[in-house]
Amino acid sequence: MNNEPDKVIVHVEGVHKYFGRLHVLRGVDLEVVRGEAVMLIGRSGSGKTTLLRCINFLEEPSAGAIELDGLRVDADPLRSRDRAHREQIRQIRLRAGMLFQEFNLFPHMTVLQNCIEAPIRVRGLGRDEAVALAERYLAKVGLLDKRDEHPARLSGGQQQRTAIARALCMEPKVLMFDEPTSALDPELIGEVLHVMEELAHEGTTMIVVTHEMHFAQEAADRVLFMEEGEIVEQGPPEQVLNEPRDDRTKQFLRRFLATASA
Amino acid sequence: MAQYPELTKPTVSIEPDMAADLDAGQRRGRRRFRLQFILVWVILIGALVGALVAINKIDPVFISTWGPFILGGAGLTIVICVGSIVLATMLAVLGAFGRLSRNPVTFGLASLYVSLVRGTPLLVQIIFIYFALPQLGIVLPALPAGIIALGFNYGAYMTEIFRAGIQAVPRGQREAAEALAMPERLVMRRIVLPQAVRIVIPAIGNEFIAMIKDSALVSIIGVTELLWRAEAIGTQKFRTLEAILIAALVYWVLTIIFSFFQERLERRMARADR
Repeated sequence: MNNEPDKVIVHVEGVHKYFGRLHVLRGVDLEVVRGEAVMLIGRSGSGKTTLLRCINFLEEPSAGAIELDGLRVDADPLRSRDRAHREQIRQIRLRAGMLFQEFNLFPHMTVLQNCIEAPIRVRGLGRDEAVALAERYLAKVGLLDKRDEHPARLSGGQQQRTAIARALCMEPKVLMFDEPTSALDPELIGEVLHVMEELAHEGTTMIVVTHEMHFAQEAADRVLFMEEGEIVEQGPPEQVLNEPRDDRTKQFLRRFLATASA
Repeated sequence: MAQYPELTKPTVSIEPDMAADLDAGQRRGRRRFRLQFILVWVILIGALVGALVAINKIDPVFISTWGPFILGGAGLTIVICVGSIVLATMLAVLGAFGRLSRNPVTFGLASLYVSLVRGTPLLVQIIFIYFALPQLGIVLPALPAGIIALGFNYGAYMTEIFRAGIQAVPRGQREAAEALAMPERLVMRRIVLPQAVRIVIPAIGNEFIAMIKDSALVSIIGVTELLWRAEAIGTQKFRTLEAILIAALVYWVLTIIFSFFQERLERRMARADR
């Protein structure tokens, strides 16, 4: 399936982000190759979510560059209203799907309409083609029978799975998940993680911000630990999660496991 | 750690037919409340009408002769309201985009419009458009002048309602659409506006009800609507009491009819997302 398995899909280059005078990202470099599942862990406020949002320019980086499947866009915070810059950002977003903590399904549309809206109006697919695509991905996340329901009729887990199908319908090069299970009741987390794990094993390129260490252990190819806007440690999950080298990683995991089991 | 008493199992369990009984009982209670409250209205209104008849100052002949003439003004009142609400809605959509614009010229224009209109009395605006503009060579017939004045005025208030409605759509909706690579305009048209409309419908309904009543103000420039007719014939026949009562009653009925449709629309909108 992967004719160039080591091709770099996402390249984050020296990204800084300030919110006012708060320095949230302090020069982050990251490469993600095709088919890789990268998990970002770290305490809240460490910059994980901001990094994700900088990759698809939901936050304009203050400095640095993002390269996504060959398209490179330099951060240009002062020109962010510029038409050409906007269009470049849109091209980046076409390549990067994003999942949110709060799902953000469109409440005035049915499940199917949620899935075909952007493929038809942004990718220019014909309606039949878009519906076929949506049905395929809805079947994949196990929600084909809900295609004509409105989101308000679905459980949180079903909503997040719908959001995954919606993102897949854009056939992005990388899927980014921002704490996709944090807003879910405990008994609904499993069904979402299950779908994500399946995607990871099928070779979907993904970057996931998560607090689910168990899931990271199972599905990650690489785990990154972030602290104060920097990537402090990274490596295979067994190493980072079980034998962390950096003291800050050790401390985080110790505290995290202590609170998680309490 | 504090010691809490052990929870005991509830001794009463609700059986299915018991639940049905409770439900029926509650429904009976609601129905009785409605009946009683309607009865209160009928008694109070009956007493008012009775008192008016009893003091023997009401002329039934005037009412039967001139009532239809006054009532005939209701048509024009409705025309004014519909015309103004259409104009106001168009202005409000433009105004709301202006108020949310990052372009300083557009923003300045829209905010000046809102400030000017909300900062001066509607009556002054009506008189300005009909009596003052002719001095600048702009002469408008009374009906269009009245509709324009009301439409401009309500457009400013509704601008703020629309702006608030657009801003009330959760930010995540816009972000989700942007993350799907939708261009800005598409995000607005397909994702934000449809949700904003649902949010503002109750407030717009209230504006329309207020407008039905404020339309009486254009009688001042001689538009022969409800109030104008009542005043004209009442003064002429020295029967202002009867005439104004008829006009007031018609305004009241118009707003009740409109509220009824508004409620139904709101209920349908609420259901649509489910």
